[in-house]
Amino acid sequence: MAASERLGRLVAALAGLLGGVFGSLVSAGAARAATLPEDRAEALVHVYEGGGVTASGPAVLVRKSLADKVSLTGSFYIDAVSNASIDVVTTASPYKERRNDYGLALDYAVRDSSITLAVGASNEPDYTTRSLSLDIAQETFGGMTTVNVGFTRAADEVGKTGDPGFSDQAKHWQYRVGVTQILTPTWLASVNLEGVSDTGYLGSPYRIALVYGAAVPERHPRTRSSRAIKFRAIGDLGSRDAVRAEYRYFWDTWDIKAHTAELGYSRYLGERFLADAFVRYYKQGAALFYSDNAQAETTYVSRNRQLSDFDNVVIGGKLSFDWKKQPGLYDLKANAGVELLNVKYKNFTDVRNGSLYSMRAAVLQLYLTATY
Amino acid sequence: MNDLKLLKRWLLPMLLVSAAGAAAAAVQLSANAPDFTLRSVAGANLRLAEQRGQVVLVNFWATWCGPCRQEMPHLNRLYDKYRSAGFVLLGVNIDDDPRAAADLAAKLGLHFPVLLDTDKKVSRVYDMSAMPATLLIDRDGRVRHIHRGYRDGVEQTYEEQVRSLLKE
Amino acid sequence: MTTPVAAAPLCLAPGRRLPRLGAPPADRQSRIRGVRLALALLAAAAAVGCSTPEPWVKPYERERLADPIMRLNRDALAAKHSEHVRDIREASRGATGVQGGGCGCK
Repeated sequence: MAASERLGRLVAALAGLLGGVFGSLVSAGAARAATLPEDRAEALVHVYEGGGVTASGPAVLVRKSLADKVSLTGSFYIDAVSNASIDVVTTASPYKERRNDYGLALDYAVRDSSITLAVGASNEPDYTTRSLSLDIAQETFGGMTTVNVGFTRAADEVGKTGDPGFSDQAKHWQYRVGVTQILTPTWLASVNLEGVSDTGYLGSPYRIALVYGAAVPERHPRTRSSRAIKFRAIGDLGSRDAVRAEYRYFWDTWDIKAHTAELGYSRYLGERFLADAFVRYYKQGAALFYSDNAQAETTYVSRNRQLSDFDNVVIGGKLSFDWKKQPGLYDLKANAGVELLNVKYKNFTDVRNGSLYSMRAAVLQLYLTATY
Repeated sequence: MNDLKLLKRWLLPMLLVSAAGAAAAAVQLSANAPDFTLRSVAGANLRLAEQRGQVVLVNFWATWCGPCRQEMPHLNRLYDKYRSAGFVLLGVNIDDDPRAAADLAAKLGLHFPVLLDTDKKVSRVYDMSAMPATLLIDRDGRVRHIHRGYRDGVEQTYEEQVRSLLKE
Repeated sequence: MTTPVAAAPLCLAPGRRLPRLGAPPADRQSRIRGVRLALALLAAAAAVGCSTPEPWVKPYERERLADPIMRLNRDALAAKHSEHVRDIREASRGATGVQGGGCGCK
């Protein structure tokens, strides 16, 4: 028998032994169990104001675990929108409409895995969405590493107010995978990757594009595929405070590239207050077919400022107050959050005065959270 | 032979390291439970070896661990039911702040001794790979059952195992 | 201690034989090189997969990590709203860590 053959057999035997040892190492810790999310109720009032748009409404979420096996979450979210944005006032007249969003989710914990099945529905007078999601979180490596895998499928019906003849669909697929890793007793890090695929009607039947200065209905491609990767780290600083940093890079088949960087700080103040503050910088490059005023005839053309070149700087803060507490029974908190957005467009002009458009917006969130 | 020599130099040590890793668990079934002395919330020192002759349940818990808090009322009931039959329940708390442990123990109305392992010395010796962790020790001081984590209904298993250990 | 077959790692399943190291090379030198390469790869696989280090943050050391201040997504509804505001204004989407797939609305 050649030396290499003998070696091959020996190595195979060793491999088997190593595999067995590793297997028992893994099984020794296999009795751990993932826990269901905590029972919780949230009631929120949200207000958005900026760029001519005002949107506000209530939202409620209730989560309860049943027989310690499954957890059920029900939520609804209402957006009453009053839209007088630059797109609307320069091409039509301001309007009001209401969007209702409902969600139902089921969480199931088995051994080291947590499985979440969620359905959602969103209704506007001219746009409805139905979605289905599945997310699995798996704890491994003694609970130090959590692997997340998720999938969402959504289908939209697009209509047009005032034009009963207009009807189209859009379908979306989202795939996500992520790893959260405990680095030290005070630091956590995570990486998340998500791919989104859309087909169908991806534009707006109300929006116009400008070609040689003339208004034409916009033409968006009927497919879009995007990827985003996000890195996050969060650490406890030792004096009842924590800091977090995030960076996300986004790219898609419409040639849009975007960077998001966020820095946040949280701190307990006294016995009953928790304060958060963050800064978020967002920078986006325009889509291939985006043009403020197209100087050529192209298959696709859009003047949708959402697809343009712009910067968005957001600063925000939140304060949480521990209102009523009965340990073992319930814990009620009152929260208030504010965000200030500052968007500067690089290639979208305000047709009313010819200069580059910029807008400021403010978000207010007032809510109560209770765990029981 | 060159290749076998290389093998001996690299792979066998790796094999030994992983084998050693597998056997390194400080607490083994049917072996003596490592002895410890900890201060209880009430103030007195309690030593595990002094409980010989009784059936002991050692439970490692923390105030910040949800399943641990869920398990507490069941352990309390188990203690009340069998304490007169020679059953001892020791709740080893591993919070950084012993006052949090004392507060929660008082609020939950725990009757069994709550021991404070603030510097994690005993936890390191026992090296349990999950929270909460429960060990059942027989009258001779040997570890007979190990439970890692808490699942709804496992208190039934605790009760059965305690009864069988008490009968010995 | 029995070895559960189901828990065998993906790196080296028990009983699976490694392939032979190719046709016998012409000279002893290249044979030794081939064997050394195989050993190096195997050692690497063993180091990475089969003899992984023990989890270095024990469950009893995770008190700080269990604090709500360390949670990446504390309030679901507020996070959903903030994410919705951004979704409307920005073209990028995904990898946000907010559960539930957006509203897909215009």
